[in-house]
Amino acid sequence: MTDKIKEFPGTALRESDFTDQKVLFTEWTPKAQYAWDAGVAIGRFLAELKAGRIIGTRCYHCRRTVVPPRIVCEWCFRPMDEWVYLQDEGTVNTFSITYVHWDMVRVKEPIIPAVIEIAGASKGMGIMHLLGEVDPEDVKIGMRVKAVWKPEAERTGAITDIKYFKPVA
Amino acid sequence: MSLRKVAVVGAGMTRFVRRAQETGKELAFEAAKMALDSCELTLDDVDGVALGTAPEAFDGVHMKGEYLSDGAGAWRKPVMRCYVGGGTGVFTPIQGWYHVASGLFDVCLVVCEEKMSSCQPHPQGAFLTIFDHTTERPLKPNLLWIFALEMNRYMHRHGLQKKDIARVSVKNKRNAADHPCALLGDPNITVEDVLNSEVLAWPVQRLDVSPVTDGAVALVLAGENVAKRITDDPVWIKGVGWSLDTAYWTNRDLYYPKYVEYAARMAYEMAGIREPRKEIHIVEPYDPFDYKELHHLEGLLLADKGDAPRLTAEGVTARTGSMPVCPSGGLLGVGNPIAAAGLMKVAEIFWQLRGEAGKRQVPGRPITGLAQAWGDLMQVGTVVILGIGG
Repeated sequence: MTDKIKEFPGTALRESDFTDQKVLFTEWTPKAQYAWDAGVAIGRFLAELKAGRIIGTRCYHCRRTVVPPRIVCEWCFRPMDEWVYLQDEGTVNTFSITYVHWDMVRVKEPIIPAVIEIAGASKGMGIMHLLGEVDPEDVKIGMRVKAVWKPEAERTGAITDIKYFKPVA
Repeated sequence: MSLRKVAVVGAGMTRFVRRAQETGKELAFEAAKMALDSCELTLDDVDGVALGTAPEAFDGVHMKGEYLSDGAGAWRKPVMRCYVGGGTGVFTPIQGWYHVASGLFDVCLVVCEEKMSSCQPHPQGAFLTIFDHTTERPLKPNLLWIFALEMNRYMHRHGLQKKDIARVSVKNKRNAADHPCALLGDPNITVEDVLNSEVLAWPVQRLDVSPVTDGAVALVLAGENVAKRITDDPVWIKGVGWSLDTAYWTNRDLYYPKYVEYAARMAYEMAGIREPRKEIHIVEPYDPFDYKELHHLEGLLLADKGDAPRLTAEGVTARTGSMPVCPSGGLLGVGNPIAAAGLMKVAEIFWQLRGEAGKRQVPGRPITGLAQAWGDLMQVGTVVILGIGG
């Protein structure tokens, strides 16, 4: 390959090719709008968040209590058996200290996303959320954290009804 | 089930660049033409086309398979576009393999293309839409977060330091300095450079990550009935495997990629490989991030859990080591045009086993190699094992 081919195809463009108008391009800014139905399981999950509670579902067959809840146990491939209220506390399974927004715009104050294992669910059952009221230096895997809820009047039935999780004193 | 043996008989690729002047279909054509020329075939010899390319959102073109199809030589032929996220580049030759192994086609052209640069201002923004729209997207995650969470979990479980992982980036970017198509080859990069690079999402720093890239790669596959007429040096597809784990990624322990193990076990069984650490001579695991190479070597059962960093530190995985890993330079060095990057790994094994890898050629005449990719939302593993002789 390397020996036989002297010149590989593919032309790299530089920033100056655009500023000097050496190459042409077209642009389009989409304005797409969607509305997602929450469904049976996540619909109940969101309604409970609005009420200030975290709920999961339990399968009697494999005896797992899962969160986020679903109506089907994906391993046993049978309906879940019951709804189970969980605690609004958990343990940090893993975390990151990030300086980038979703669109790669840099931020000065770090955002701290984490996978939080929710107390009352089976071991390892986590959700993604954010940590707050904590110095990034002090965040540790295994740390106990508790949900900080929005005031009841401001809750809309969304994952963001929990503002973030903060360390349990 | 009786399957025909399938060989890789030709390969081609474009340069991997940050932003290409060529469109996706123009890149696809260049790679496909080079692959056909390399084995002296024309499009008339091709019975069907397997096309791979990742999310529509990068291109802003729906029905991207159709959009790219003329560049892939697919018109008036049976063609199928497949997509399993980052795993696409190694899944597409699997798709080509079952077309030929089944007896349906004698010759199948496999083309993978990615043009990420079309998505402005940064392609990272397109990744927001792969997260669950109700339970995750309102938190405005960046795809880097999920890697950072996994990397931190991996480091925590095995008590690893950043420097243990940064060595992978150094090795691959140095290897890529010998690749004529590479975007980020650097013969002089050091572990300190990686550790001093910008922190994006700790523990992920800029030089832990592969770059946004445009590029295309193509292979020609042929059944055993025609392969030896096409070339004296067919490289046989000895085994394939793929597996998908739960999409509830926060419900499984991220420290170990079990789905890669399932995919690898499927491929090893097909290839008759009982002792992969002895029988696999050269490896191209998926390395969009440096820790992923380590993670995947463990999932492929080529290193004990948590031991891949030691193998890297001791030089076992160097190009001149006893198990060369990413001799191409990988995604970290050559670049990461998603689907094309995975197929580049299969092409590298093909060139290495034929002794055609030029300055990148590993010593010791390897006869069996493995390429692996990974994707979807952290949970798909795709594996291809190639071998010469037999």
